[in-house]
Amino acid sequence: MNAGRPLHTREPEHGLHAVAPAASPKLTIAQAVCGALASEMERDERIIVLGEDVGINGGVFRATDGLLAQFGPERVMDTPLAEGAIIGVSVGLAVTGFRPVAEIQFMGFVYPAVNQILAHAARMRNRTRGRLQVPMVIRMPYGGGIHAPESHSESYEALFVHSPGIKVVVPSNPYDAKGLLISAIRDEDPVMFLEPKRIYRAFREPVPDESYTVPIGTAAVPRTGGDVTLIAWGAMVRICLDAAAALEKDGVSVEVVDLRTLNPLDRDTLIESVVKTGRAVVVHEAPRTAGVGAEIVALINEHALLQLEAPVSRVTGFDTVMPYARLEEHYLPNRDRVVAAVRNVLEF
Amino acid sequence: MPRTIIHECAVERLEILGPEGQLDTELMPELDDETVRALYRDMVRMRTFDDKAVKLQRQGRMGTWAQLKGQEAIQAGVALAMIESDWLIPAFREHGLMLLRGVPGHLIYAYWAGDERGASFPEGVRCLPIAVPVGSQLTHGAGIGLSLKLRGEHAAAVTFGGDGATSEGDFHEALNFAGVFGTKTVFVIQNNQWAISMPRKRQTSSPTLAQKADAYGIPGLQVDGNDVFAVYTAAVEAFERARSGGGPSLIEAVTYRLGDHTTADDATRYRTGEELEYWQRRDPIPRLRRHLEGRGLWDAEQDQALKEEAVRWVASQVDAFNAMPMADPGDIFRFMYHEVPPALAEQLEWLEREVRA
Repeated sequence: MNAGRPLHTREPEHGLHAVAPAASPKLTIAQAVCGALASEMERDERIIVLGEDVGINGGVFRATDGLLAQFGPERVMDTPLAEGAIIGVSVGLAVTGFRPVAEIQFMGFVYPAVNQILAHAARMRNRTRGRLQVPMVIRMPYGGGIHAPESHSESYEALFVHSPGIKVVVPSNPYDAKGLLISAIRDEDPVMFLEPKRIYRAFREPVPDESYTVPIGTAAVPRTGGDVTLIAWGAMVRICLDAAAALEKDGVSVEVVDLRTLNPLDRDTLIESVVKTGRAVVVHEAPRTAGVGAEIVALINEHALLQLEAPVSRVTGFDTVMPYARLEEHYLPNRDRVVAAVRNVLEF
Repeated sequence: MPRTIIHECAVERLEILGPEGQLDTELMPELDDETVRALYRDMVRMRTFDDKAVKLQRQGRMGTWAQLKGQEAIQAGVALAMIESDWLIPAFREHGLMLLRGVPGHLIYAYWAGDERGASFPEGVRCLPIAVPVGSQLTHGAGIGLSLKLRGEHAAAVTFGGDGATSEGDFHEALNFAGVFGTKTVFVIQNNQWAISMPRKRQTSSPTLAQKADAYGIPGLQVDGNDVFAVYTAAVEAFERARSGGGPSLIEAVTYRLGDHTTADDATRYRTGEELEYWQRRDPIPRLRRHLEGRGLWDAEQDQALKEEAVRWVASQVDAFNAMPMADPGDIFRFMYHEVPPALAEQLEWLEREVRA
């Protein structure tokens, strides 16, 4: 095992985003991902980045930009166009001591790899009663809002949250993207790392140069409030923060919980917030039926039902195929829908 | 401009010991007498182990079992070509080879009887667990072959599939990937003619499976899979090529599944008695025995002693399997993740309360 050098771990204050030093460079999520990969590859020779167009091209979103030049073709591999093989080969690498970070170019292309993810990566530890493990990260951009062609805008996180044996992580900002990806790379289990492509380059935040981790399985509370809890992840966190700011003008105090990890879920932070506010709205862009939001509503019912002032509401994508570019705005949850849902639960 | 041939593909077939005992002495690998006897012993033990599992299943003491009967020469021949540092990535009909690579027999029985501990192999055994989804293990073979190449290890990864597996997308993806990266992989296709009820011709109209290698730019060879000397020779070539950095290879070993697909199957529904008899005459075990007897290396007395010894050994594996205490129901949870997450810990508690009650 690689002992590595002592790690500087920046633990966020309870429930809140850690704040990077002001002197830190301001980076986008895509740059933060790339920085996490570079700093971990520097630290641990077992890490191999592989996927379609991740090398010479630096990734179609430039999330692996410069890695080939820095680490060479044995650690940054442009693979054939074969999602099943990318994951299957990564399983072979992982069980023999490497730590692959595989990229699936878009979540809409992951289906050929699902057999390898669910039948092997997620099961190898259990199948061998702990003898073998599959420490690998499967990165993929997910979600809509960038006017992309068909199969480029899916949010099917529920498929993987429902599947035992893998962890599912979704950052919503550059600081968390770097810290969570480093945690994912160091994790001994396979981690699906879903990158909200809509906000890949939408804004910049200070991201420390040095290595730090944001723990998997802990939610953040980027905004505190007392009247209602908004629960979201990935790109929807921004929508919720916008809605919260709008509602504040009307005197509504909104708390926003950014789950950050969908499996394992930080139930404590979630329930604590709902117990405090008594009202909750779950926001996700994935389809509504059997979405992660349904699980969250069930958890709230199990653990905070008597503290609820109103039924928990959901603002989600529809149970339809993701519309193409021209109609996608009608599909995606937006600030106004969230504001309307909050008003409904307040008026219940 | 005229049309020109820019590529031609030729497929070799290798046979050394024919079904009637005819031997190609030029091609015969240099194996000392004891090694040839050991190959025979290995094959007899495999068959005894396999037959016993079927009997256990019929008695209700074993789950569904996938028989290897008829495919022993492939597994014994490949095992002989392997060195300690090589990896085995099996499909689900390679019990014989797994035994020879150090997987305890009682664990193989345990796995098929429905006990996950049966795939927790002893430390140092370079063998992945059985892969049930057909063909899915082939990409792991490419991955481990890549791993060995990146580490510069003098070793190769051998992965197995059946004729049915060549229809899967994973077969294509694995061979293609292995070819592009020159991984240290040996792909062995046990072409046993049947994928449950579908004959080999229903999997592909390609005249051979070996020729598929050509499309991936890697060597392919067809061997008589019931001829242990041909299998061994082909495997040595492929392993040495892989270990020395010469890249992956495909071996199509033509054989026949003398048993049903599994104990849940009835092959008489889809294949004829004549066909079975044809292949029974090509059974690899009597073929090798006749060869040994012809060379004065084996006699009926030794054969009787071997079979008795094999039965005793198998009985010891059954005893060890039966002696395994029931697994703790909590094990359902303990190995899902490196650390049991809170939600699973809670479910584990529920189960433990129920078990205690």
